[in-house]
Amino acid sequence: MSFFQDPVGAISALISNFLYTLLPQAWTALIMTLLGVVAVSSFGLIIVIFLIWVERKIAARFQDRLGPNRAGPYGLLQTFADMVKLVTKEDVIPAKADRLAFNIAPILSVVAVLLIWAVVPFAPGWIGTDLNVGVLYIAAVGSFGILSVLMAGWSSNNKYALLGAFRAVAQLISYEVPMLITLMVPVLLARGMGMVDMVKDQTVWFIVLAPVSGIIFLVSSIAEIGRTPFDLLEAESEIVAGYHTEYTGMKFGMFFAAEFLHAFTVGVLFAIFFLGGWRGPGAEATPLLGVIYLMLKGFFGYFIVMWVRSTLPRIRIDHMLALNWKFLTPLSLALLILTAIVEKVFEGNAWRVPALLIGNALILIVSYYFTRAISRRVTKERVTFKKRPVAKPA
Amino acid sequence: MTAEQGVFLFIGFVTLFSAYTMVTRSNLVHAALFLIVALFGVAVIFVLLDAGFLAVVQVLVYIGAIAILMIFAVMLTQDNASRDQESMNINYGWAVLLSALFAFALIVMLGQWQDIGAMAPTLDAGRDTVVELGSALVSPDGYVIPFEVASVLLLAALIGALVVARPQKKGK
Amino acid sequence: MQNTWLFIGVFIAIAGVFPLLPIVVARFIAPHKPNPIKLETYECGMETVGETWVQFKVQYYIYALVFLVFDIETAFLFPWAVAFDALPLFAVIEGVIFILILVGGLMYAWRKGALEWS
Repeated sequence: MSFFQDPVGAISALISNFLYTLLPQAWTALIMTLLGVVAVSSFGLIIVIFLIWVERKIAARFQDRLGPNRAGPYGLLQTFADMVKLVTKEDVIPAKADRLAFNIAPILSVVAVLLIWAVVPFAPGWIGTDLNVGVLYIAAVGSFGILSVLMAGWSSNNKYALLGAFRAVAQLISYEVPMLITLMVPVLLARGMGMVDMVKDQTVWFIVLAPVSGIIFLVSSIAEIGRTPFDLLEAESEIVAGYHTEYTGMKFGMFFAAEFLHAFTVGVLFAIFFLGGWRGPGAEATPLLGVIYLMLKGFFGYFIVMWVRSTLPRIRIDHMLALNWKFLTPLSLALLILTAIVEKVFEGNAWRVPALLIGNALILIVSYYFTRAISRRVTKERVTFKKRPVAKPA
Repeated sequence: MTAEQGVFLFIGFVTLFSAYTMVTRSNLVHAALFLIVALFGVAVIFVLLDAGFLAVVQVLVYIGAIAILMIFAVMLTQDNASRDQESMNINYGWAVLLSALFAFALIVMLGQWQDIGAMAPTLDAGRDTVVELGSALVSPDGYVIPFEVASVLLLAALIGALVVARPQKKGK
Repeated sequence: MQNTWLFIGVFIAIAGVFPLLPIVVARFIAPHKPNPIKLETYECGMETVGETWVQFKVQYYIYALVFLVFDIETAFLFPWAVAFDALPLFAVIEGVIFILILVGGLMYAWRKGALEWS
C-alpha cells in the first residue's frame, strides 16, 4: 500500500540506493537529477499527444460534428498519424532565410514551454525543483517564447511573416503586463513566490479571495498563448499563417505542439494559482490523488480555454490592445492595491475573506459603470459626424 | 576544480565570446541575438552567486523587454535590417589602444586586491534573500527613498520616451 | 549553487534535445529536393515585388516601451509582495504610492494617445 501511496518516492529511493553502491555521491545526485528531468519533460511531451486529440474532439462537439474517429478507436491514434505525416514532409528553407535563427526558433518555442513544467507542483513532495522564485521564473521563461516568435518571423525573409511576428510580439508583450500584475496577487496572498508554498497556503482557494484577478489572469493567459479570441496571429484570411508561414514539416509540428502544450500549461497554472493546485480530500496522504486532482483542475482550465475559443469571434488588433492597456491593466492594478490594503488591515482576522470579496465586487461594479460611461461617450462621438455632401445625380 | 568552477569558466567564456561577437557583427539583428546570449550568460552567473531572484529578473527585464526593444529599434531605424553595416571605422586604432590600457589598469588593480582568491561567504540555509530584499526596499531606515525615487525615475523615463517617440499628430 | 538550479540547467539541456529528435528524424525520412521555385518566398501565390522589408510602425516601439516600464515596476513590486508579512501598514502604503505614481504614467500615456493603434 505504501508503494501506491508514494510511487515516485519509492522508485527514486530504490534507484538512488542502487546507484550509491556504484558511484560517488555527486554523480548519483547528477543522475537522479537527469532522471527527474527526463521524467518531467517526457510527461510534458506525451501529454501533448493526448491534448491534441482532446482539443479536436471537443472543438468538433462544440461545432455539432464528430471530430476524428477513423484512426484508431474514437480517433485516438489521429495525433500519431498527423505526426507521421509531418515527419515525412519536406523541410523547405526559403532562399535568403537566416538559417541559424530559422532553425532555432521552433526549438526555442518548445523549450520555453517545457521549462515551465520544471516548477509545477504535481503533488506534495513531487516537484521538479522548488525554486524560491518560481512565479517570476515562469514569467521569465515566457519571454523566451516571445523571442522565438520574433526570430521565426524575422528569419523567414517574408513580408507577411515579419508583419505577423511584429503584431504577435506586440500582443504578447502587451498582455504580459496584466498577467504579471495579477500573478502578484497570489504571491501576496501566499506571502512567497515558491510554487510549493503557493499550493500549501491555499487552505481557502485563491479564486475565492481574488476572483476578478483570477479571471484577468485567465484572459491574459489566453491572449499569451494566441488563442481565439486573440488569435489574429494565425488568422488565415488576414496574414496567411503569420509568423510561421514559411515553416514546413516537423518544424511547423514543433510550433504546433508548443502551442497546444502552452494552452494546457496555462490551464494547469490557473489551477495552481487560483484553484488550489493538488489540494483535495486525501491528497496529503496519497500523493497520487494530488496528481489526479491537479490534472482534473488543469483540464477544467483547458476546457474553459477551448470553450472560449469555440464561442467567441476574433477581436481586431486595435480593440485587443485597447482592452489590454485601458481596461485590464488599470483594473488589475486597482485589484492589487485593494488586496494589499485589505490583507494588511485585516491581517489574521476572520473578516479577511468577506472583505476581499466585497472589495472585488465593488471594483467590478465601479469598472462596469466606468466602461459603460466611456463607451457611451465614444459612441456619441462616432455618431455625430459632420454632414457629408449629398450625392448629386450626374 | 569543482563543478561550480567549471560551470563558471564555461559560462564566462560563452558570455565574453558572445559579447565580442556582438560588437563585431555587421548585421545588427545578429548582434542583438548575440546580446541576448550574453545577457543570459550574466543571468547564469547570478545563479552561481546564489542570487536566483536577480537571475530571473535579469531574464525577465533584459531579455524579455530590453532586448526586444532593441530589436524593434534596429528594425525601426534601418531601411533594411538585413543589410550589413560597417562594423569598424577610422578610430579603430585609438579604440584598441584605449581598451588595452583599460584592461591593463583593471588587471593591475585586481592583482593588488588581497581577497581575490577568497570564496564568497555562503548564506545560512534559513535565510530567504527575497524577503530581506523586500523589507529592505520599503523600510524607512532601508531603501525606501531610492525605491520611491525609482518609481519617479520610471515615470520620467516613460514620459520622456513618449514625448520623443510619439507619432506626430499632423500625420494622423 | 544549489541543487535546485542544477535541475533547471540540466532541464534546458535536455529540453533542447527533445524537439531536436523529430527534426533530425525528419531529415532522414523526408524528401529533400530543393528547386528555385519551391524556395521562393510565399506570397499567396504571387511573385514578390521589391526587397523584403516592412514599413515599421512606430507604434510597436511605443508598446514595447510602456511594457518595459511596467515590467520593471513589477520586478520592484515582487519583493515587496513576498515580504508582506514583515511589513507594517506604512510600508504597504509606500508600495501603493509606488503603484500610483506609475498609474499616473499610464494615465499620461492614455491621454496623449500613445496607446492608440492608429
